[in-house]
Amino acid sequence: MPKMYEIVCKQRLAHKETLFEIYAPHIAEKSRPGQFLIVIPHEKGERIPLTICGYDVKKGTVSFAFHEVGKTTKEMGLLKEGDCLLNVTGPLGNPSEIKKFGKVLCVGGSIMIAPMLLQVKAMKEAGNHVTTVLGCRSKEFLFMENEARALSDKLYIASDDGSIGYKGLDFLKELLETEKFNRCVALGPVVMMREVSEITRPYGIPTIVTLTPIMIDGMGMCGVCRVTVGGKMLFGCVDGPEFDGHMVDFEGLIQRQRMMLPEERLSSMLWEMHGECKCGRNKA
Amino acid sequence: MESVNVAETKPKPKLKKEAVEMPKQEPKVRVKNFNEVALGYTEEMALEEASRCLQCPKPQCVTGCPVEVPIPQFIKCIREKKYAEGIAIIKTKNALPAVCGRVCPQEEQCQAKCVVGKVGDPVSIGRLERFLADWEREHGYQIPQKAPPTGKKVAVIGAGPAGLTAAADLAKLGHDVTIYEALHVGGGVLIYGIPEFRLPKVIVRNEIEYIKKLGVDLRLGYLVGRTVTIPELLKGGTDAVFIGSGAGLPQFTGCPGENLGGIYSANEFLIRVNLMKSYAFPEYDTPIRIGKHVVVIGGGNVAMDCARSAMRLGADVCLVYRRSRDELPARKEEIENAEEEGLVCRFLAAPVEFYGDEKGWVKAMKCICMELCEPDKSGRRSVKPIPGSEFVMETDTVIIAIGQTPNPIIQRTTEGLVTDPKHGTIKVDENCKTSLEGVYAGGDVATGAATVISAMGMGKRAAKAIHEYLMSKK
Repeated sequence: MPKMYEIVCKQRLAHKETLFEIYAPHIAEKSRPGQFLIVIPHEKGERIPLTICGYDVKKGTVSFAFHEVGKTTKEMGLLKEGDCLLNVTGPLGNPSEIKKFGKVLCVGGSIMIAPMLLQVKAMKEAGNHVTTVLGCRSKEFLFMENEARALSDKLYIASDDGSIGYKGLDFLKELLETEKFNRCVALGPVVMMREVSEITRPYGIPTIVTLTPIMIDGMGMCGVCRVTVGGKMLFGCVDGPEFDGHMVDFEGLIQRQRMMLPEERLSSMLWEMHGECKCGRNKA
Repeated sequence: MESVNVAETKPKPKLKKEAVEMPKQEPKVRVKNFNEVALGYTEEMALEEASRCLQCPKPQCVTGCPVEVPIPQFIKCIREKKYAEGIAIIKTKNALPAVCGRVCPQEEQCQAKCVVGKVGDPVSIGRLERFLADWEREHGYQIPQKAPPTGKKVAVIGAGPAGLTAAADLAKLGHDVTIYEALHVGGGVLIYGIPEFRLPKVIVRNEIEYIKKLGVDLRLGYLVGRTVTIPELLKGGTDAVFIGSGAGLPQFTGCPGENLGGIYSANEFLIRVNLMKSYAFPEYDTPIRIGKHVVVIGGGNVAMDCARSAMRLGADVCLVYRRSRDELPARKEEIENAEEEGLVCRFLAAPVEFYGDEKGWVKAMKCICMELCEPDKSGRRSVKPIPGSEFVMETDTVIIAIGQTPNPIIQRTTEGLVTDPKHGTIKVDENCKTSLEGVYAGGDVATGAATVISAMGMGKRAAKAIHEYLMSKK
């Protein structure tokens, strides 16, 4: 039997993208697409929000993917199967609205491709015709292409530099000219979700974006994840994480995301220099 | 009179009017560290202070204590140097004496009723309680006798003051108790809210260890309402539930510009500093950005905790409060401590708008002057803005400490649980019983933000009611 919060499977998705499957039966049992977890790697670690990308009630596991960019995620990237995280709390936030909408456009970008596919699967099971778009910075960052192809009715790939598939998301405009969608779901970097929302706006396609702003507790206590939606102050953690993309103040959100950037950089730099991992393992 | 009682002829020992002062860190020193400010009595000090107690046959102090600690009895034990016995007496009523000895507002409770207080300083009951609790921590805990197992299962939601108290009492009565705590550490507000320099976290951890030794199962990272719901618990074999989930939802001012960088809710600021220990960043991974000129909005104990933490992080702090000094809801001792450490107060002012720089970071705050009006129904003086009195303060960090309300997750996920729509609190009767059978609530979730000890008092009352309910149920 695995221990609580043990990493039962670690999968390298791409270059710096990693997926953990964690033993936490109480979370697996309650998880739904769209919800997230708060992960705390060790005593001195941060609490970071990560969107659920899979769960298995039988095995008692829940999985999430992360991009190794900051100190905490780089440090987590060094953990191995059999290691345990200090704590995983969840499932948090409201589940996605999954029902038969008709034709659904699912746009997943960067690390959020992983949780996106959970939605694709659920949308498909609910009887929708699903068109999936995978977006990445460039070729080497793309992952789960085959899984996406198998799950979706149609698949498009786009990259920022054009090294694979379409260059940028402009092709979506042409797509929307020729096809009618009843709903669009976008998960990815904030700038990508903003772009998708702007593209769908003239067509009046209800567009749901998943926001994971900076959070600490993830359950409505700290208010750091506050975001303006339709002129109202809402909390990403308890009112979201999904919001109407046409109502979100993305500028304000981007500004708040950058709030602690100098500190995050310092932390990451110091860790790179000294390489002490507080989980008891060294970087090397 | 022919015969004289010998005792009466003995010269009465002179009552010392002044209480024995508790040593404290010097303001100039303490404002540069997060170590505890008040250092506690030595044995000599405790003995001297204990000797001031009159051992009243009808002790008034006990009537002022929300959990009715047998105060004269434990003080008598101190006098006789029977410390183990003294702490055992406290623990018959109070499971968290090291906490209460530090953060209870004794000046409004037990000490306000002390008879000695009529002629001089009241007996320092809080300091003596702390002395015994600290003595026990150094000498090892005694685990009290527990009643035989009843076979009844109780779920306690939240490992804060109310939940820990209820859990301890229910475990002692022989029930099988599980605490579901949403955060990754137990203690609730004692861990995330009250700062290290007022309540060292090692003390909270010790008190929790004691409660675990009573056989209580503490599950961390369980957000009731999400990870598991109350209806699911009741269906899954739990016989009764106690909700002690506190008041964790921060209030904001609603003024324009509130989403700028550098504007923290008191909860965010304190969670970063206390729970995540960002004052030790980058050793600890959670950062905090604090500027040079911090404004704290509010006047309660939480506002004082924020102000004093910010000063320790190297900032100049100005407290902006819309009423005057006389209405400050914070404990007097905390205000004095904060002012000694350099706090500047701007009374009768309220924020109107926040201004940011080109990077979206707060740089100034527009305020308006207020004037006091007649007391409202609650007896508190209300205020109104003085038109045209706006002024601008420069600031680079704002902490909003204007109150907390209960987190609505449990209320939203428990059908049939009656709440007060205005305050978001769960409605309970005098026995802490909610509208649902077998479900009780206490502490801030039932009263709105209040004190640690009042939450503990409700935890105790609820435990008693739950015990009666469980034992009457077939």
